[in-house]
Amino acid sequence: MVDQLIQQLLWPIIFILCITVPLIIAVAMFVYWERKVIGWMHVRLGPNKIGPFGLLQAFADVVKLLIKEVILPTNANKFLYYLAPLLALIPALAAWAVVPFSSKMVLSNANAGVLYLLAMTSLGVYGIILAGWASNSRYALLGAMRSAAQVISYELAMGLCLVCVLVLAGSLNLTDIVNAQAGHKGLFNWYWLPLLPVFVIYFISGVAETNRAPFDVAEGESEIVAGFHVEYSGSAFAIFFLAEYANMILISFLASILFMGGWLSPLQGVITADVSPWVNWIWTGGFIWLFIKAFLFAFMFLWFRATFPRYRYDQIMRLGWKVLIPIAIVWVLVAGCMKYYGWVGVGMGA
Amino acid sequence: MNRISAYFKSLLLIELFQGMGLTLGYMFKPKYTVRYPMEHIPKSNRFRGLHALRRYANGEERCIACKLCEAVCPALAITIDSAPRESDGQRRTTRYDIDLFKCIFCGFCEESCPVDSIVETSIHEYHFEHRGENIVDKTKLLAIGDRFEHQIAADRAQDAAYR
Repeated sequence: MVDQLIQQLLWPIIFILCITVPLIIAVAMFVYWERKVIGWMHVRLGPNKIGPFGLLQAFADVVKLLIKEVILPTNANKFLYYLAPLLALIPALAAWAVVPFSSKMVLSNANAGVLYLLAMTSLGVYGIILAGWASNSRYALLGAMRSAAQVISYELAMGLCLVCVLVLAGSLNLTDIVNAQAGHKGLFNWYWLPLLPVFVIYFISGVAETNRAPFDVAEGESEIVAGFHVEYSGSAFAIFFLAEYANMILISFLASILFMGGWLSPLQGVITADVSPWVNWIWTGGFIWLFIKAFLFAFMFLWFRATFPRYRYDQIMRLGWKVLIPIAIVWVLVAGCMKYYGWVGVGMGA
Repeated sequence: MNRISAYFKSLLLIELFQGMGLTLGYMFKPKYTVRYPMEHIPKSNRFRGLHALRRYANGEERCIACKLCEAVCPALAITIDSAPRESDGQRRTTRYDIDLFKCIFCGFCEESCPVDSIVETSIHEYHFEHRGENIVDKTKLLAIGDRFEHQIAADRAQDAAYR
């Protein structure tokens, strides 16, 4: 009985903590890194006062947010108002259950991992819609409407991109998808090369999904103040913030897993020496490679934000429906042909 | 043809990549930020900051209460009363107030002064904590002058050829 309890309850909880606590710290450091990078690109310094190089800035902000009052607007729906931040955060954290950090390090090696991920990333929009509606504020409602329409449109393009990957890998399991990208040509075995347009579309949709610049009309500071979370303050706002950044990091990890070979090394097959376990990961692959790739993608988010002006709402819809989705559909067929003629991907009937 | 090339340009995101290259270049440029309390930007010796009343080297105050500064002040920030000094009967100010809220730091008072008494120092970091502190009276102005005489004289000496 006790053994079973430990087996089924305690270990999963410890594993979950092992993922979520570093994730939350990563979010804090990511916020710091964002402010630093955008500052550099503006030829400024960015935060540099709290801690060495301002490293503790994000933690100071967290403390500030947590000790602030959470204000409930008049006539707001109290239950939904407090539920919304949780609905945004829980899927953002839950999605991490199926993310494989290396061939062994995965919390749940689910067979339908990609489906689960799609479901979780789409669920996040409910938090946004409910936040907008329950706030009893016009700005918040406008932001929520925009966000909902945008997420639904880009979910389609994103789904089609995933279909391409699934066709080539022949599996819905993320670990299998990464293993299918292994080969002797190092980084040219990965799916970004045969699926290059789809890879770009996936990342663009990912940026749109997380409501980041240049697709941040849902927040649109200069038009609708802060969009769906305009009425939120203190810890409730912090939770929305956490969810948004956790989603960004998740998209970065997924882009690395699906298209950039996850934990595989770009030197795979190029070097085949056996030096020591401390160095071997450089060519045999390991979670550090995944983190490096994900970091580069996360940097892209910040780079976009510092570079591009916000799209107009109709431009976002046009881009999603008239450019990204058609290209993705065409590439599903191309990927099918590539697979059928055996150019890339796991062999037929394997 | 133009339309087709424009179409492919936008489809291949060429301009967007150019923009990203630009921001990446700026990321590594030296930063313009001046960490203000620790670092300062260079200041001109003609900088017009807080006022001061100067003295001669023998300790005698320069001001002879001619009231030219009061007359020239476009913001009416200077108020002067004068009377013969009790010790030797010389014409001196009994009151010399500058309202720093009215003052526009134009420097006319300094230019009009025949004895280089009223000057604007290069001090720009000062603050008030109570109501009424914006009106700086004669004793305060003299004290500022005494304290920063070295710098005031140095600034004037640098600029002497152009005055």
